Amino acid sequence: MPDVQSTVLEFVNKLRKRKIEGSQATAKCTVELLRSVISQQRVPHSNQASALIDAVKAVGEQLVAANPVELAVGNVVRRVLHIIREEDLSLATAAMAGLDLLDASDDDGEDDNCKGVGYSAMSAAVAAAAARSTLRPPSLQTLLEGTPESAAVPYTSSSGADSESKTADKSSITRKLKHDVIEGVNHLILEISGCHEQIAEQAIEHIHQNEVILTLGSSRTVLEFLCAAKEKKRAFRVFVAEGAPRYQGHLLAKELVARGLQTTVITDSAVFAMISRVNMVIIGAHAVMANGGVIGPVGVNMAALAAKKHAVPFVVLAGSHKLCPLYPHNPEVLLNELRSPSELLDFGEFSDCLDFGAGSGSPLLQVVNPTFDYVPPSLVSLFITDTGGHNPSYMYRLIADYYSADDLVM
Amino acid sequence: MDPRRGPLAVPKVRRVGFFTSIEPSPETPRPNRSLSGPAEAITSSSPLSDSPSGQFISPVQIPPSRHHSDNLASRAAPVPVPGPSAFRRQLANDRALHVGSYNPVDSLLGTSPPSSNGEVSEDSGSLFGFQRSDSAKLSASFPNGGFDMTMRVRAPQESEAKVAIASTSDGRKKNVEASERHYQAGEGESVAAKPRKEKETKSLKEKTSKAERRAIQEAQRAAKASAKGEGSKRAGESSRPKPSKPAKQPQPKKEAPQVTSSVSEKRAVSVEKERRMDVPQTQMQYDDKSRVDKAKRRSVVEQTESKNKVELFLHLPQYERGNQLPNLSSNIFSLDTIHHAVYKVGLQHLAGDISGDNARCIAMLHAFQEAINDYTTPPMKDLTMDLTAKINGYVSFLIECRPLSMSMGNAIRFLKNQIRKLPVDLSEPEAKASLCSEIGRFIDEKILLADKVIVQHAVTKIRDGEVLLTYGFSCVVEMILLYAHEIGRKFRVVIVDSRPNLEGQKLLRRLVTRGLDCTYTHINAVSYIMGEVTRVFLGASSIFSNGTLYSKVGTACVAMVANAFSVPVIVCCEAYKFHERVLLDSICSNELGDPDAIANVPLRNNKKHSKTMDNNKNLQFLNLMYDSTPAEYISMIVTDYGMIPPTSIPVIVREYRREDLLL
Repeated sequence: MPDVQSTVLEFVNKLRKRKIEGSQATAKCTVELLRSVISQQRVPHSNQASALIDAVKAVGEQLVAANPVELAVGNVVRRVLHIIREEDLSLATAAMAGLDLLDASDDDGEDDNCKGVGYSAMSAAVAAAAARSTLRPPSLQTLLEGTPESAAVPYTSSSGADSESKTADKSSITRKLKHDVIEGVNHLILEISGCHEQIAEQAIEHIHQNEVILTLGSSRTVLEFLCAAKEKKRAFRVFVAEGAPRYQGHLLAKELVARGLQTTVITDSAVFAMISRVNMVIIGAHAVMANGGVIGPVGVNMAALAAKKHAVPFVVLAGSHKLCPLYPHNPEVLLNELRSPSELLDFGEFSDCLDFGAGSGSPLLQVVNPTFDYVPPSLVSLFITDTGGHNPSYMYRLIADYYSADDLVM
Repeated sequence: MDPRRGPLAVPKVRRVGFFTSIEPSPETPRPNRSLSGPAEAITSSSPLSDSPSGQFISPVQIPPSRHHSDNLASRAAPVPVPGPSAFRRQLANDRALHVGSYNPVDSLLGTSPPSSNGEVSEDSGSLFGFQRSDSAKLSASFPNGGFDMTMRVRAPQESEAKVAIASTSDGRKKNVEASERHYQAGEGESVAAKPRKEKETKSLKEKTSKAERRAIQEAQRAAKASAKGEGSKRAGESSRPKPSKPAKQPQPKKEAPQVTSSVSEKRAVSVEKERRMDVPQTQMQYDDKSRVDKAKRRSVVEQTESKNKVELFLHLPQYERGNQLPNLSSNIFSLDTIHHAVYKVGLQHLAGDISGDNARCIAMLHAFQEAINDYTTPPMKDLTMDLTAKINGYVSFLIECRPLSMSMGNAIRFLKNQIRKLPVDLSEPEAKASLCSEIGRFIDEKILLADKVIVQHAVTKIRDGEVLLTYGFSCVVEMILLYAHEIGRKFRVVIVDSRPNLEGQKLLRRLVTRGLDCTYTHINAVSYIMGEVTRVFLGASSIFSNGTLYSKVGTACVAMVANAFSVPVIVCCEAYKFHERVLLDSICSNELGDPDAIANVPLRNNKKHSKTMDNNKNLQFLNLMYDSTPAEYISMIVTDYGMIPPTSIPVIVREYRREDLLL
């Protein structure tokens, strides 16, 4: 436990100092940390699920507080919580089903049965129960049944299971829950690291011959997406806006050129001038909000506005870990981060202009250097996630698949 | 919202359009206008008041004194019809009423101490990268004959309008007035009648026979002569001893046609032809191989084409920069065709030492002045023809150095028209002096004075507590901001900048040292900062007659974002930059800068990268210099003719530019 605590602290420090950048890297690190938290968490006999949830939440709160702007952390924590809840639920329903079926069987039999149900035969009743407890699309039947006791189900059932089989199977069930959760988390890690390929697979459907594509900033997803189309022998041209003040566009351009794509670097100010000759704008998101709004590298909003003006499709690529279940309020300010002014102005160069003694004493010169930009959903034409393409208006629904409603507020 | 919108210029704008359209006849309002344009500036400021003795009057220190000039407009103009100037005066008064305590008159009249003025004007002198003391020479070169006359007319008004101009600059002021008057009396009328006549001849040409046309012309000429008789009587009374141009200039024009009307006809046709030629020829398309080759053979500057051209911009010259400069500057002593002043300006353009449209244009005009001064007509050649050819050569050299801006193109057209207009019987020194003074007048009136008028107009749009955003560096906008600060407005400035030129830093430095509250950011953050901005002030390189603003790249982005945030966009542009071409996008007509400026990113680890990537065929760097902002993003254009919507650009181009530039 102290071991975990120290790694958590280390990671928090890294987040706080912005040592980890990019939502994918952050997400990956977060999941791995949470996995170790879960695996080291000692679970009590009763209410193991809630204990796990509490532990993950505690760590998650620290992480989110360390970098509230990096929404991927919160997303991943919520995903893990969701996994725990789901696994707990499926275990519980399986246990209940098993009890119903083989009331008089011995422990071993029940254990086997449990496994069997858990993995293979989810009966209709179980599915309905699961649907009730999560944010799964409510079927008409469940709606009509009424009184879906969403939060109550897992706890009562697990305690019920406890009371039903008080004997020796407790530890095995506990171990099983943890085991399943870790399985689920591993799955999540695979998903996060594999989201590029999933998204890139769809490139061929969206990029045609001789297309002119504009992108902005540097995103690995975009890189893979474009290269996937290139590998399929599509010839197209890419304009890369350099993305001041970090100029990551240059990095992207170099990578694209290294892979043989026809690339032109333009200044950010030329985005409007060039957009009329562009067929599609493709950007990688930093985060996608539940309303379909996008938080992306600074300057994205300008490109989106220009694209709207010229009716150019504005496509956002986002892995599932970037889907955030929150609805933004004033995201330009609240979900933004101001970086060092030295990226824009040389301190030494302007020190002679700044006479703080004169006048009111307040600095006359301010430098604003935001990191992110918010694109309202009305400017986005299409989201491409690892599950396919979606409208901005559909994002809330898609996002609901990944998170459970209890975790939205951490 | 309401108080913000209060003094917007909508009704005024309408009236501007109104008077231009009902302008009863070219003769009546013109003297009024051409007088009042400068007159306003004169009463309110002294354009050439940078006296050589070092006593400076701020260029933006303009006590408006609108009511006085209102009186003046009606007094100085003998015509009862309220000319445009009177309209404008009235507008100004209206505005003064609307604006209430914001009216600069209250805070300004005669209050500015000369000490602070000195500071300002020093800076504004360096605004354009050179000292304006040239204007002293210039005004001195004007014939002094007009002096008495202006004294007579202006004396009462002068004493009445207590303009805060030091007595030392009085003489200079009179000189200016003299020059204005001389301009007006000398050519205003003869010039004025011409386009109309031509238009008519042109339209009549198909239907009428030669005799009929001749009759019509005679009638027109008679009418014109009588009108002029009146005018020149007025002007001539006091200017009789004056031996110089104003009295002289109209004469040959009047006489020549009277001798034989066929000559005049020919002349009219030829002018028509020349004018047709003068319609801005389409820019050279650099993907046209044969023409490019032809141009190359003639060229002085040997530009190496960049290896990695952007395909979309093959029609524009894409050269590598920086390698030919030392070569060229060593050539400066072995020049044969290009005058050294022009050569110098060309190299400065090439090296980017002079940037900014006004500065470039002024530098070019000064170089032309010098070149004309040093010019001697070769034997057996006509001054008009030869000088035009010379100027053409200079211009093509300048184009080789850097494509001309639209404003420079307009200035060159003006100069060529002046050369063409030169009376045949003028001796060479006289012709040269006249040309030089015309150039000087152009600079003073169309650029420097225009800026001051724009400042006057624009500053009424700045109020306490506002947050003004500007993009890049525009000297007019700088003057506006400084002036507004000087008259005590409390506001904040947001300067948006972009690579590769980072001109905003220049502006930032100047504003911060003056004590303005500034926020600096880059263009990507413009939608972050736009939420707190209340007004956007933009400079312009040119405005096309479909209202499209052609300006430094990024302007369109700023205007677009401002539009999205419902922030009014105010464009400040001198009317001489207006252009009758139309433009839809930023691709067809543009200028490409040095691609290396893009490639060299201010990041340590990237530098070597880009070097190794340089010869990769797939990687190009595109350094666009300009972009075009659609008219719909522009709320208002502040120009020397007042504040107008972008839809009025063609009207201004039609009604004013014709007279000022073409004839």
